[in-house]
Amino acid sequence: MASEKTRKETIGAVRRSFAPWTDPTKTPLIRFENVVKRFGDFTAINDVSLDIYEREFFALLGPSGCGKTTLMRMLAGFDEPTTGRVTLAGQDLAGVPPYRRPVNMMFQSYALFPHMNVADNIAFGLKQDKMPKADIDARVEEMLKLVKLTPFAKRKPHQLSGGQRQRVALARSLAKRPKVLLLDEPLGALDKKLREETQFELMDLQMELGMTFLIVTHDQEEAMTVADRIAVMNNGVLVQVATPAEIYEQPATRYVADFIGDVNLIACKVRSCQGDQAVLVTPITSSPIHVTQQVEAATGDEAWVAIRPEKLRITLDQPPDITENCFEGTIWDIGYLGDLSIYHVELPCGTRIKVSQPNLSRMVQRPISWDDKVWVTFAPHAGVVLTR
Amino acid sequence: MALASEKGWGRAVVVALPYLWLLALFLAPFLIVFKISLSQDVVAQPPYAPLLDLSAGWQGITDFLSQLSFANYWYVLDFSNEFLQAYGSSLIIAAISTLLLLAAGYPIAYGMARAPRSLQPTLLMLVILPFWTSFLIRVYAWIGILSPEGLLNQALMGLGVIDSPLEILNTDLAVYIGIVYSYLPFMVLPLYSALEKMDMTLLEAAEDLGCPPWKAFWTITFPLSLPGVAAGALLCFIPAVGEFVIPDLLGGSDTLMIGKSLWTEFTVNRSWTVSSAVAVLLLLVLVVPIVIYQNIQQRELEAGR
Repeated sequence: MASEKTRKETIGAVRRSFAPWTDPTKTPLIRFENVVKRFGDFTAINDVSLDIYEREFFALLGPSGCGKTTLMRMLAGFDEPTTGRVTLAGQDLAGVPPYRRPVNMMFQSYALFPHMNVADNIAFGLKQDKMPKADIDARVEEMLKLVKLTPFAKRKPHQLSGGQRQRVALARSLAKRPKVLLLDEPLGALDKKLREETQFELMDLQMELGMTFLIVTHDQEEAMTVADRIAVMNNGVLVQVATPAEIYEQPATRYVADFIGDVNLIACKVRSCQGDQAVLVTPITSSPIHVTQQVEAATGDEAWVAIRPEKLRITLDQPPDITENCFEGTIWDIGYLGDLSIYHVELPCGTRIKVSQPNLSRMVQRPISWDDKVWVTFAPHAGVVLTR
Repeated sequence: MALASEKGWGRAVVVALPYLWLLALFLAPFLIVFKISLSQDVVAQPPYAPLLDLSAGWQGITDFLSQLSFANYWYVLDFSNEFLQAYGSSLIIAAISTLLLLAAGYPIAYGMARAPRSLQPTLLMLVILPFWTSFLIRVYAWIGILSPEGLLNQALMGLGVIDSPLEILNTDLAVYIGIVYSYLPFMVLPLYSALEKMDMTLLEAAEDLGCPPWKAFWTITFPLSLPGVAAGALLCFIPAVGEFVIPDLLGGSDTLMIGKSLWTEFTVNRSWTVSSAVAVLLLLVLVVPIVIYQNIQQRELEAGR
């Protein structure tokens, strides 16, 4: 129990200060340099440059078809860039076949060999390296223990549950101790509860093994949970590369704001920008919007204010100050999720905004109900001004 | 209730039909052949005895049974009568043909399974296409190709590769060519179906784990295609053992195959009884691979569940 606690503390300490991407003296482990990938007429990857550092848990996030899997497959060696370079630990990977690359991949379909049992699946990569048999056995044993599948060593893949197969796939891809582990939608086939558990296990595993993990996912919650940094992709380009918190709180574009989590995007015109104070006006409310943020824009420019539903406050009584950051409307709909209630507020102009409030006390009678007249307010540091 | 029994009745009919079919067209003829194999040749119509005389009652049945004997089997199994050699030679020719078929069929099936999806139905059609022409005509065509004045020899002499025609027709080589040509679809189709349903990401996974593609073929692709290999091999081996037309038309006088022996026994020696015994023994020889084949099919079905 004590060792568990110390381990947790060291992991905490490492996690707290881990940010090699801010350190200019660090050289990245993986570099994508101006990578372009075309399939016929279709450009899957359009001029992507990306640095990933050692021991990072990095997520490529985007909708299906955005090019995230292609980017990963170029690192694994299944696709070669049309132009540009991919380097790993300084070595140009061009022309290096997949079987000579020090990276291993966990496939979305797991791709377990159906004619081999669990132990043979895990040993497969080690056998390719002509490792002595005793060492292979020891490593397989270790991997089985790591993923808690020791009693299942002799089972064939079709005799396992989905969660167990996922663990075999993970163990197999980790067995060779690759420099980089690539995870292609690794948890997609698991149910929600198991997926959440496994996310935390993956994080601990990555810390413990000190490996670099690159995960491809379309599930933003998954990316936010596991990753040190996330690259949001769309249509073959990187839209934003940042930590989960930055992505959520300071999205670079409307696309990112909308893709990650729930957001109210309000089209505005800039009235003034002075220092870190920006004031914008919007036709949907008479009160101007005040945001504490340095904005590079001129008066009259088009801009959007993105506000997360949980950063809005909703009241039945008129707030004392209605001269700014205030909407007046009626409740259109309520979604009661147990932990949260989501209110859809219709403004007089017909626009609807989403407000979520934690349900802090047990609530039998709703304090706010359908068709109630409500006020929605927010602090100047709640919103983000987006010019793209 | 009425509906349920009606349903049960319908099911009984559906199940009974193939069994009746087998009973009438397989089991009954087999029993007749088996009975003839236990009889003796006589100069009469039909040319064997005894015949069951039911008008004599119980006496007739016991008389009938007491006259049956395994003498024909001892005759067939007598080494000096050359039937055993024919069985052995048939098995060897069938086995070698099966290996040749596997060597020829595997690359074809592999190429088909890896071809673009849109092209696969066409390729499949091309494999089946020869069936649209009579089997006999296709075998005769090989005579035209392989004979001393045939297309092959003319082409080779025309090109100056050889000075005098090669002796291919009426040799074992011609038999192998004929069998491999005729049976190829039976090898290719099961192999194709096994290779086609293979998950290609398995090969990527193997490569990712450090296994070069040529090695991945032997560690992943081939083992996973084994049910197809077994099905194809048995589909070719079983009929090849009893093959008669190909050795008769393409083989030489010294090509020994049991199908030919049976034919000679029946038509030249006019012994219905001995040829029946040869047929029954051939069936016994083939029961082993047939049972193996059934077993594999069964396992395939269960694994697919």
